[in-house]
Amino acid sequence: MAESSLASPAAIQRAGRWDPTWLLWAAIIAILLVLVVSPFVYLVLTSFQAEKTGDFTLSNYVTAYGRARYIDALFNSLQLGAWAALLAGVFAIPLAWGVARTDMPGRGLTRMLVLATFITPPYTGAVAWILLAGPNAGWLNRFYMFVTGAEAGPLNIYSFTGLVVVIALYSFPYIFIFTTAALELVSSEMEDAANILGAGTWRTMRRVTLPLALPAIMGGLIICFLEAIALFASPAMIAIPARFNVVTTQLYQFFGNPVRVEVAAAYAMPLLGVTVLLILVQRLITSRKGFATLTGKGGERRPIRLGPWRWAMFGYAMLVASLSVFLPYIFLVQSSLAKAWGRGFSLDNITLRNFDFVLFEHATAAKSVINSFLYAGAAATAAVLITLGIAYIVTRRLVPFAEVLGFLCVAPFVIPGVVLAIGFYAAYAPPPLSLYGTALILILAFTTRFLPIGYVNASAALRSLNPEMEEAVRVLGGSRLMALRRVVAPLLKRSLLGAWLLIFIPATRELSSAIFLYGPNTKVASVMIFDMSEEGNFEYLSALALILQVLTLPLLYLGQRALGRDFMLRRTAAT
Amino acid sequence: MSKLVLKNVSRRYGAVEAVADFSLELQKGEFVSLLGPSGCGKTTTLRMIAGFAPPSTGTIEMDGQQISSPSGVVPPERRRMSMIFQSYAIWPNMTVGENVGFGLQVRKMSRAEIDRRVDAILDVVQMRNLKGRYPAELSGGQQQRVALARAIVVEPEVLLLDEPLSNLDANLREEMRFEIRRLHDEFKITTVYVTHDQSEAMVTSDRIVVMNKGRIEQVDAPHVLYGRPRSRFVAGFIGRTNFLEGARNGNDVRFDGFTAPAGAVEGANGTGELLYSLRPQAVGLTAQKPNGPGLAVEAEITDRAYLGEYWDYQARPLGGAKPIRVSTAPTLVFEVGSHVWLEIDPAAMVRVE
Repeated sequence: MAESSLASPAAIQRAGRWDPTWLLWAAIIAILLVLVVSPFVYLVLTSFQAEKTGDFTLSNYVTAYGRARYIDALFNSLQLGAWAALLAGVFAIPLAWGVARTDMPGRGLTRMLVLATFITPPYTGAVAWILLAGPNAGWLNRFYMFVTGAEAGPLNIYSFTGLVVVIALYSFPYIFIFTTAALELVSSEMEDAANILGAGTWRTMRRVTLPLALPAIMGGLIICFLEAIALFASPAMIAIPARFNVVTTQLYQFFGNPVRVEVAAAYAMPLLGVTVLLILVQRLITSRKGFATLTGKGGERRPIRLGPWRWAMFGYAMLVASLSVFLPYIFLVQSSLAKAWGRGFSLDNITLRNFDFVLFEHATAAKSVINSFLYAGAAATAAVLITLGIAYIVTRRLVPFAEVLGFLCVAPFVIPGVVLAIGFYAAYAPPPLSLYGTALILILAFTTRFLPIGYVNASAALRSLNPEMEEAVRVLGGSRLMALRRVVAPLLKRSLLGAWLLIFIPATRELSSAIFLYGPNTKVASVMIFDMSEEGNFEYLSALALILQVLTLPLLYLGQRALGRDFMLRRTAAT
Repeated sequence: MSKLVLKNVSRRYGAVEAVADFSLELQKGEFVSLLGPSGCGKTTTLRMIAGFAPPSTGTIEMDGQQISSPSGVVPPERRRMSMIFQSYAIWPNMTVGENVGFGLQVRKMSRAEIDRRVDAILDVVQMRNLKGRYPAELSGGQQQRVALARAIVVEPEVLLLDEPLSNLDANLREEMRFEIRRLHDEFKITTVYVTHDQSEAMVTSDRIVVMNKGRIEQVDAPHVLYGRPRSRFVAGFIGRTNFLEGARNGNDVRFDGFTAPAGAVEGANGTGELLYSLRPQAVGLTAQKPNGPGLAVEAEITDRAYLGEYWDYQARPLGGAKPIRVSTAPTLVFEVGSHVWLEIDPAAMVRVE
């Protein structure tokens, strides 16, 4: 036998159960307490505390629900969510069916356009639609007046309907993602099985295909609804000028001068409650019947032949894409290159000054973009490392009750961004930490907000890794840390990069939590764009929004190289 | 001296007892298989030996030193063992050479020494020319060889194999059985081999531990297990067999369709159920009444199957209800329904529990 430096018989006897990696695990658990548990606890506590003294009180709730217009805002949000989700369903479901199950032309193109919609931040979309459908000056109105000779255009973005349309246009990708994922799991064999038992195409569709996809569609609708009620930017840009409030804009007003965080916390509770409830419902729906379709995977799928109708499908897809991508981007580009966007497409109206101004002259615009990327980078890195650690602990069952840690990682998913920000404000703004307005509080909030994405991806990646790979390291004398460093990390490189991008890209656009936590030196690009919209500087704003979009493209490309073309759409569906 | 000693080891998962009261001693250089159906506790036992799981009760000793007990376990990385996994667990991010050299690197050997040893072991498993390849470029059999080389090159105190051949196709499996035994004969490493495939265990092992429902049924050399199974489970699990129920009747034991003198059959004077295992190969089949020393039993062919290497007949003794299975040479042909004679040697009937 070779002399091995590993262990003499004496060393065997001394070896106890202590393992230095435990320190690392303890640190990760502590981080999770800071990121998830304490903001949530403070959110609840603060809602019951008197402003100055901190004594227990119910007066915050009395204030928060004491006025009719506060209550109205709650109902506005619910209606907004319901209508936006329904309209998004109208956009998404035919497209999903067309792409996943038929021979419609341009299926790849449609997918790409849905992705383009998906990576358009809601506030960018809202701004574009203000350019398109603003009363009188909006391009669509002007076109209508030009064609009909009418005095006024029919469209007014500053209305409840306008807000519903804008939100639906930029949240329908969620339903599309869920529905295509489900339809792609329904193999043709399942439909064949119904056909051979005597069911016609229509009955098969009604009894087999649709029921199999229905849980996913419902799940997508619920996510859309939650997205709509949690959204801050579009309502702030559209509802406030239209003189109505929703929950998020009302919360923003509670945060105005003077900051009434206690009232805001109390007022946030219904939003939190509805979200938790609906996420539970969504999980229930998708885990019951949806699960059965998983066994259908791998079956052959033949596209359904639509005949001449395929061109109608294609037309519908392009119509939706015109509303969400083509028209908005055409007029964003026009506005970004215009001296004054209202003067239209003439050569003497073209200038690069807007880009020059936001990049080099504006006091904070360029810095805000840099801030966005720095904070997003830090948050994505932190979230990936933390969730990787926790997913490892959970999948390898290293500590008792590890599932609780996994639960904490996905818990922020049910906390809307504005509510999360209020929790962070309550927990970390007061002394001794006094983090309000610092880069740190933004990074922490972003990290927490995107922990669920990180966790879902990290645990999926770890589950795909046979534990025997690590056991082989250990049995040959390597420690657990060596197994992590030499085997686990190199093997997960690609999926971790993917998870990082899936966090980084949305984090560069994050507005709803940032708007409550930024300070004079820590303004991020999304906040900058929001400020510009309040000032009515649409030319600068368009330039900045386009810069942000263009900067995203290489990242998207990188992600597609690492994980395949559909990575953004597919991975999000898993969350 | 015993190399590895398991004393009354058990392992519980909640209310389920995966391994119960398992005791075994391995001599230095011995090759022992743990054989049993899936869920019998063999892999759990192996993982306890490796140190991945602590025993719920009992202890494990190596070279007289305790390495596992319910109160503490020497971690796997300090046991100087190595293991071959069902999935091979070849690291796809490392080349063949890096995979095989990993254990030596951990042992802080010099680069030159590592190279020398890696080359030597790759020669042994005939993989030297593929040293620079990545595992994704290798076939299943080649990956298996890398796993073998990686486990053996560190010259472990004990080598553990967890169903290493179950992912290979039949021909390769047969080849690798002999390869594993050849490597054992060359390096004389104390080996514990987990499998559910009886022929794998028989080809490779010095002794076989047959396990069922977490308990040891029998520990013996392969030919003893086959020839003298002690329990109904072992007789049925190792090879095919006929179970014959006997009833004592004066000086005879009466079976279904024939009778044997009590003096000729094993344990006929014992108490309890008289259950015997009779291998199909141990029964003679002739057209005329045999005049050998065994019992001659007149029978009728009720069913048959031709398997190329042998005929598998079902012959029901006249006056009996259940047919007896008989294997014969492929040239010996009887039609279904034809009258034949069985020749049964009472000494070949093994009493089982």
